[in-house]
Amino acid sequence: MSIRVLRPGLLTTLQDHGRHGFQRVGLCPGGAMDKVSLALANALVGNPPDEAALEITVIGPEIEFQEDTLVAVCGAEFESAFPHNRPVLARKGTRFNVGRAKRGARAYIAVAGGFAIEPVLGSRSTYLPGHFGGFGGRALKHGDVLALRDASAHERFKSLKKAKDGTVRWSAPPLTLPDREPILVHVIEGQHFASFDSTSQRGFFDTVWRVAPDSNRMGFRLSGPPLGRPQADEILSGPTCLGSVQVPPSGVPIALMADHQTTGGYPRIAEIVSADVARLAQLAPGGKVHFAKCSLEMAGELRRDARERLQSALRGIEWEYGKKTK
Amino acid sequence: MAKARPLGVVPLGDSAAYVEFSSTLDLEVNSVIQRLALAILKRNVPWVRDVVPALGGVALHFDPDNPEFPGNPLEAALELVTDSLKAALEAKAEPGREVELPVCYESEFALDLAEVAKKAGLAPAEVIERHAAGEYRVLMMGFAPGHAYMGGLDEKLAVPRRASPRAIVPAGSVAIANEQTVVYPYAISGGWNVIGRTPMVLFDAARQRPSLLWPGDRVRFRAISREKYIEMASGQ
Repeated sequence: MSIRVLRPGLLTTLQDHGRHGFQRVGLCPGGAMDKVSLALANALVGNPPDEAALEITVIGPEIEFQEDTLVAVCGAEFESAFPHNRPVLARKGTRFNVGRAKRGARAYIAVAGGFAIEPVLGSRSTYLPGHFGGFGGRALKHGDVLALRDASAHERFKSLKKAKDGTVRWSAPPLTLPDREPILVHVIEGQHFASFDSTSQRGFFDTVWRVAPDSNRMGFRLSGPPLGRPQADEILSGPTCLGSVQVPPSGVPIALMADHQTTGGYPRIAEIVSADVARLAQLAPGGKVHFAKCSLEMAGELRRDARERLQSALRGIEWEYGKKTK
Repeated sequence: MAKARPLGVVPLGDSAAYVEFSSTLDLEVNSVIQRLALAILKRNVPWVRDVVPALGGVALHFDPDNPEFPGNPLEAALELVTDSLKAALEAKAEPGREVELPVCYESEFALDLAEVAKKAGLAPAEVIERHAAGEYRVLMMGFAPGHAYMGGLDEKLAVPRRASPRAIVPAGSVAIANEQTVVYPYAISGGWNVIGRTPMVLFDAARQRPSLLWPGDRVRFRAISREKYIEMASGQ
C-alpha cells in the first residue's frame, strides 16, 4: 500500500508528537506544530493520537492513493473538493488535490494504519534543520512514494456508524482554528520581562502583532513596534522552551515553535501557555495575534480545559467507531 | 557550598521550569549543575521529559499530561532540585567522559585565525598551541543538536564574536569567542571565530549515542595534519 506525491505543496512533512529526552544535547522535541489537529486526524481514521501524519502548510499537495485508503484531513480549511474533518474512504487511483488554506495555516492528513516509516530517536517526525526523521529527513517532493501500513481500510470504514457513500454525515470540531483575528494568546511573564522598558512592557500587550513572512517551524517573527531594554546588557545564554518569546537586539520578538533551538542568549519577555501554542501555529504569515497576561495557575487551568475539549472530541469519534467509551 | 543553592526558579511556560544558580558564568557552579542534572536524571521520574544543564542553572521539562505530574512546575522543579542536590554533591565520580577531538588548524580550515591572532596580540602558531593545550568542559549544549559550549579557553584567546555572523559555517568548524570554544555540528550560520576543523561527525541521529559530546564531558583537542584530516573525513 502506498500514496504517490503528484505535487508536494509548499511544505509537506511527516510529523508525530515529537521526540523527548534529547534537549540536553541540543535537540528539540519537534513534531507537529498543531498537535491537537494531529490527534483528531488520527482518531478520525482509527489510529492512536500520536501516529505520524502529513503536515501540510498554506498550499497543500496533490497525492494519489495507490490502493483503497481510509484517510482524514484535519486542521486548517483548505480549498479542496475533499471533505475535511471526517473519515473518507478514498478509492484506488483517487487524486486528492489540496489548494490554498482558506482559514488557518496547517492541516494533517492521516491514513488508517499510518505510514510505514522507521522512527529515528523514538519519533517519525521530520527534523528539517538536522535532515533526519520522517521521509528521508526532508519535505516531500514530486514523485515520492510513501508506503502505508496495511490497515484494512474497508473493515475500519464499515465499523463506523452511518458510513455511506465513502464518508459520514458528521465531522470533528475544529478546535484550533481562529474564528476571527487577531487571535488571543495567553502568556506568562518571561524571566527577563522586568528588564524591558515600561513602554515595551505595555507595548507587548497593547500591540496587535503580525506573523512576519520569514516565520517557519523554528519560530514566528512578530512584526510590530520594536521592544527595547534600558540596559541592553548581554544575558547569560540559557534554556528555552516551545512558546518562549525571545527579543533579539533588533527588538523584533520571536515566538519559538516546534523546531526551536533549545538554548538562547536573548532575553525572554514572555512564555506562551501550552494550551495556546496549537492555535498560534494556525496563523499563516500576515496573521494577527495579541497577547494577554495570565498567571501560572490560570495557564494550568487553560491546559486542563484544552485537554478536556480534545479528550471529549476524541471520545465522540471513538463512539462513532462503535468503541466503548470510558 | 554556599554556591550550591538556587537563586530562584522561573517558569518556562506552564510545563517547564528553570532553576537558576548563577546569572553569570562560574565554572565551579556549572560543575555542581552537571552533577545535579545527572542526579535528577538517575531518579527516572516518569513525568520528567528532559533535564537540561545550562551555563548557570538547570531546566526541567515536564509531561503535564502524566497523571503523576504534581501540577505546579515551579514547586515540582524546586523539590526535585532540593531532593537531588545532596546526592549530587556527594557523588564521587566526575560527571561526563574524556573525549579527544582531532582538529586540523591549517589555514584553509582556520578562516579567522589571522584575525584572532591580531586581536589577541599573538602569533597564529601560538593561538593554535594555546587552543590545543587546553582542557575543556562541556558546560551546556544548545543552538543545534550536538553543539557544545565548552569552557576552559586560555584567557589570552578570549576575543569577541565576529562583528557579522557567517551565513554558513562549515560542518566540524572549531571556533572560539569570549571564554569558550565550540564545534559546529553541521553547516549552519554562526558568528564565532573559526580556527580549525574536526573530521569527526558531532551529531548523527542514526547512532545509538547520537551526540559525540554530552554535558559535563571533558574535552581535549589534538592537532592533526591536512592529510590526516582528509583520511579521517573520508573514513567517516
